[in-house]
Amino acid sequence: MADREERRFAEVSRESVRLMAEGAGVELGDDVAALLAEDVCYRLREATQSSSQFMRHAKRRKLTVEDFNRALRWSNVEAICGYGAQDALPFRSVKEGELFFVEDRDVNLVELALATNIPKGCAETMVRVNVSYLDGKGNLEPQGTVPTAVQSLSDDLLKYYQQITRAILGEDPHLMKVALLDLQSNSKIAALLPYFVYVISGVKSVSHDLEQLNRLMHMVKSLVQNPYLYLGSYVRSLVSSVMYCILEPLAASINPLNDHWTLRDYAALLLSHIFWTHGDLVSGLYHQILLSLQKVLSDPVRPLCSHYGAVVGLHALGWKAVERVLFPHLPAYWANLQAVLDDYSVSNAQVKADGHKVYGAILVAVERLLKMKALSLSQSAEGQSGAHPGSVVGAVSYRVNSPGLSPPPEPLSEAALGIASHLQVGGAGCHWEEWTPVPLPAMYCELYSFFGDSLAVRFSTGTGFGTHSPCTPSQLGDSRKEPPGPASNLDTTRKMPQLTANLNISPRQDGSPRTDPPPPSLSGPGSVRSLPRASSMQRSRSSSSCSRQRSAGLSREVFPKARFTSPQTTPPAFSFLIGGRQMGQRCQGRRPFQTMFATTPPVSAIPPRTYAHKLPVIGRVGKPVRRWTCSHYSLHLPL
Amino acid sequence: MIALTGKNQSYVLVLYGLCFPLIHVAHAQFILKMAAVQGGMGDADIKTDIKTEPSADGFGNNNANDGRVLSASPGSSSSTGSNKQTAAVTPEDQQTLLAVLQFLKKNKLSESVEILRREAGLPENSLDPKANESAGAGSGGAAGIVDLEGGDASSLLSRVTGSSSAGAQAPTKGTFICGGKKDQPDVSVVLSAYSQQGDPTLYKVYYRDLKKFIETVLDCHRAELSQVFYPLFVHMYLELVYNNHESEAKAFFEKFSGDQECYYEEDLRILSGLTKKEHMRGNETLLDFRTSKFVLRISRDSYQLLKRHLQERQNNQIWNIIQEHLYIDIFDGMPRSKSQIDAMSGSLAGEAKREANKTKVYYGLLKEPEIELPLDDEDEEAENEEGKPKKKKPKKDSVGSKSKKQDPNAPSQNRIPLPELKDSDKLDKIMYMKEATKRIRLGPDNLPSVCFYTFLNAYQGLTAVDLTDDSSLIAGGFADSTVRVWSVTPKKLRKVKSAADLNLIDKESDDVLERIMDEKTASESKIMYGHSGPVYGISFSPDRNYLLSSSEDGTVRLWSLLTFTCLVAYKGHNYPVWDTQFSPYGYYFVSGGHDRVARLWATDHYQPLRIFSGHLADITCTRFHPNSNYVATGSSDRTIRLWDVLSGNCVRIFTGHKGPIHSLAFSPNGKFLASGATDGRVLLWDIGHGLMVGELKGHTDTIYSLRFSRDGEILASGSMDNTVRLWDAMKAFDDLETDDFTAATGHIHLQDNSQELLLGTYTTKSTPVIHLHFTRRNLLLAAGAFNP
Repeated sequence: MADREERRFAEVSRESVRLMAEGAGVELGDDVAALLAEDVCYRLREATQSSSQFMRHAKRRKLTVEDFNRALRWSNVEAICGYGAQDALPFRSVKEGELFFVEDRDVNLVELALATNIPKGCAETMVRVNVSYLDGKGNLEPQGTVPTAVQSLSDDLLKYYQQITRAILGEDPHLMKVALLDLQSNSKIAALLPYFVYVISGVKSVSHDLEQLNRLMHMVKSLVQNPYLYLGSYVRSLVSSVMYCILEPLAASINPLNDHWTLRDYAALLLSHIFWTHGDLVSGLYHQILLSLQKVLSDPVRPLCSHYGAVVGLHALGWKAVERVLFPHLPAYWANLQAVLDDYSVSNAQVKADGHKVYGAILVAVERLLKMKALSLSQSAEGQSGAHPGSVVGAVSYRVNSPGLSPPPEPLSEAALGIASHLQVGGAGCHWEEWTPVPLPAMYCELYSFFGDSLAVRFSTGTGFGTHSPCTPSQLGDSRKEPPGPASNLDTTRKMPQLTANLNISPRQDGSPRTDPPPPSLSGPGSVRSLPRASSMQRSRSSSSCSRQRSAGLSREVFPKARFTSPQTTPPAFSFLIGGRQMGQRCQGRRPFQTMFATTPPVSAIPPRTYAHKLPVIGRVGKPVRRWTCSHYSLHLPL
Repeated sequence: MIALTGKNQSYVLVLYGLCFPLIHVAHAQFILKMAAVQGGMGDADIKTDIKTEPSADGFGNNNANDGRVLSASPGSSSSTGSNKQTAAVTPEDQQTLLAVLQFLKKNKLSESVEILRREAGLPENSLDPKANESAGAGSGGAAGIVDLEGGDASSLLSRVTGSSSAGAQAPTKGTFICGGKKDQPDVSVVLSAYSQQGDPTLYKVYYRDLKKFIETVLDCHRAELSQVFYPLFVHMYLELVYNNHESEAKAFFEKFSGDQECYYEEDLRILSGLTKKEHMRGNETLLDFRTSKFVLRISRDSYQLLKRHLQERQNNQIWNIIQEHLYIDIFDGMPRSKSQIDAMSGSLAGEAKREANKTKVYYGLLKEPEIELPLDDEDEEAENEEGKPKKKKPKKDSVGSKSKKQDPNAPSQNRIPLPELKDSDKLDKIMYMKEATKRIRLGPDNLPSVCFYTFLNAYQGLTAVDLTDDSSLIAGGFADSTVRVWSVTPKKLRKVKSAADLNLIDKESDDVLERIMDEKTASESKIMYGHSGPVYGISFSPDRNYLLSSSEDGTVRLWSLLTFTCLVAYKGHNYPVWDTQFSPYGYYFVSGGHDRVARLWATDHYQPLRIFSGHLADITCTRFHPNSNYVATGSSDRTIRLWDVLSGNCVRIFTGHKGPIHSLAFSPNGKFLASGATDGRVLLWDIGHGLMVGELKGHTDTIYSLRFSRDGEILASGSMDNTVRLWDAMKAFDDLETDDFTAATGHIHLQDNSQELLLGTYTTKSTPVIHLHFTRRNLLLAAGAFNP
């Protein structure tokens, strides 16, 4: 027993040796077993020793079974197979026999062979480069954490940081503008990013000061638009700050004189911008945002301004978000809102005013939803129909995404479809899978029951506006009501390719609306006539044949049949007509409306055709996209 | 007895004077080895082989040494004259001779026996009784053997010493009987290092005695004498084990292992696992201990002190070990301090002998080839190409003046033949010059930016990384035997077209080099299959046309980066090859591995040009000196050796690391060497003086990568502890005090200024840094595999 305590190594007991011998059919004497046991221990130690050498040269800290086998092989001992698994092997004991063994289950080969969940191959080994430290003093904090205090920065940066924050949060609006501009374009502030993010996360402490909140939001916008900054995981922090401004019942909103609504609108825009440009940096961001918006919306205890924020947020995120979250929730929410709106007491005046705000926001949102939905339906029909002849696909998709992109259309052609699919992918959490789209007529019906004529009226005016804002189709993807500015848009577009393949898709569309040429809207009325046909068959596959036909002889067919001799005239008037009908028959408003809306797609279907003639690239739809995905892990480093 | 041995001493001197038998011993050993190689000898014979080596070393050393060293050996410092220990050694030399004779006879090498016997002056019959004995060694009575032995020995001795003094005969005989009693005359026993033994229970007493003595000596000597502890401890332990005193050995180990320096811990662990004689066979660590002498540097005063003590206490056992297994390098002057000793010790075989580092090393850089000059023209006059020819002459002088001067420390240009520059090399030189003008001056105030190349999804399989000099390609060696190459620039990797397609292209066209590439094969990365074991070492050729990889399968492979196929498999190392590297001028490369041998190859020879042998354990890393005339190797024996490519000799041995060395780097000016080891320290060495000049502490794990910036101002080290650290190399080398004294004695005073020299620590998230590289503009690139 004494020498048991002083032993330094794991030992194989002589009993074990004897057992093994018995297993092999040999009887061993006690002394022989003892000798053997001792020798086995030594050899084991020896093998372990030399196997550690293999580990060291493989530059690992973990000794693997393979290392040990190598050591065995080099000392002319057979390697031991079957223990290569990464996970730990459970060691079982049998009470009676004082036996310990590694569990070795039978594998059912048949089951294995017929299994459907075939393991995927492991991802390919690749090399990625990142700049870890600039000028020897990059981000010294471990990545991903927000520092608590400003330290360990060079004096210059520190000074810059102080100046900028002072300028932005200070009194002088001119100074603020300069600071924001610089923040938007300065290429050397990567090290300061965490500090800025930290400052912005201070929104919670200034919720009483609308002005400060506004400035902070501007700061976010500048940071997001800076093409030299890689936001990385800071996106999450920024988004949560912005969401705070959108959703929280800010202290500033107690005073009705404060226009916190504008702040919420602005923040919602910002949110959608961040999401579209940097959304891929954090996985599941879209899903998370939707969930939190939904939560606020379905919480009746929350003040109306929060609800308002949720609605504008959803609206900003695109009509799909509205369709998925707001629309299903509307019936339940409507009752609450109605109660507020119907209360005419004086004490309720303020709340009622807020209620109207929410009402307005919802109205705007569902309106867009309806428009976009109709648009997308007709487009998808068109897309299906065009799927066969390749050239048409190119043309169609080209139109859909980037009506305005007169210069090189290649990268966009695929991207067009990408947008819609991107949305779905983004929200493809398990939760969303069960959601089934409501057919457009039913949706309209339901909405009409809530909003009545105001819905229809606003429709018509909406199309009326369409003439002077041709960007509507592109907003399908864009989901932003009003892009902050053309310059900034350009910036973002330029910046995107640096990030990932994903990104380069969305920003293009971001930038597109500005450059929209007038033709789509102008030619719109001309194709109206073909509309009813296409839409009537929309639900059936047969529409494809129809549209194919159209694609073949569009110019001949559409224009001659058009009722309006001059397509340029009065699109608003036309829609008014439809609106009037709806007013008359509440429940049958569906049909007139539908015609109305189906019109839009063919309207814009014409220009692509003309473009298609000009552009030989259409056949190579996939190519540019592939190029981007490759460069996604390109090792090129601009040195 | 004392008087007798005094005489014996003179005999030794005479023996050296005669010296021809010694030469012959060496000769015999050679034969013996040959026989061992050819004839597949039995165990006993192999043991003989092993044993002869140390004795040969002993001879060789003494023989080669001048009077100083000779006088250092205790026996010949005649005045004390009470060395009965020498008596035990000397007769053993005789016995060695006899044993060799016997062996030769046994192997029917009668001619050699004749020659040896004639030259040693042995009687014809001296061997015969021996042969009988060895036949019946087991049963033979002890007394009889002693007689015979005594007789033989005396007769042998009489012949040898006869020429000097006849009076010495009788006393020597007495001594020999003494020795004979101890040693069995069997060959294996005679030649076995640990055969002589005293009472096993006394080992503890001896050791404790010595320990007590050393603890009581003056402070200034204590540190020096303490060096003796570790080798003594190991040898005593091994003797005990060898003689089957298992329990005593264990007890001995228990009692004294705690006293040893902490940096020997690893070795001690191996040692403690070894408790049986059978274990010693084939154990590499042991082999190292037995075949090489442990080298200690001790000042004369301290040494005298030790010697006197041992003689007073009649401490045979310890004295024998010191004589036989230690090489004590005695110097005159102040004893060294503890810290000085600690800085230099830690290797498997003690410190380097001072003589080992005395050879002149041409550490200077080679003159830049002539083509550099026209290149410069082109560089500066890229705009007006016409002006080139006429301005050529003046430029040559102004620009070339610096590199034109031959560095006095540089080897002559053609000391080793170097490949001629091709046109493409010249183009590359131009690129290099251009880039160099844009290089950033680094310094403590201007640290480099760091880019990290992270290998994703490597599944713990990344074992080696290399980048080309122009940072355009990165290659990885993997545990799954593959070699992968990535392009770091937007330029894709393309293969050359097939032979059939090559026939079709216009060979006269200017862009023929572009035309031979097959555009269809363009891709970001290529995988090359061929090895059958993990790839541990990888190296690009300077012209980027080839790639070398060394693997566990014992081969080094040369790959073409034009066709992405294997061109040659160099076989020679029969064990894992841990590292390989191309010469900075291409053509040559060096490899080193588990067989403890580094080989120098040329790409067009399938056999090595040089074999560098001398390390006592695996060679873990190899590096070429920037002038391509020297090769540095780091080893698991915790030493670094510098080898001369021309002669194949070892010209420097650096000791001081406390763990296996895993990275080496030469400074760009060729003067200094940096080394990193598992102990987490970086040591800096002055190659010209053969001295350690700095110690950089900070890393907490193995250092796998070291690299100097292009101008040598900054040293970057990458480690398993997931950090890259930058050190102020300029300061480290500037602060040197290399006066003549330190150069002569090799005593160094290292300041502990790691903290001042550390310029920055950069952490990765979870990626061990296994390769570092400075681009031509001094941007630091690091590489490693993400280890989630």
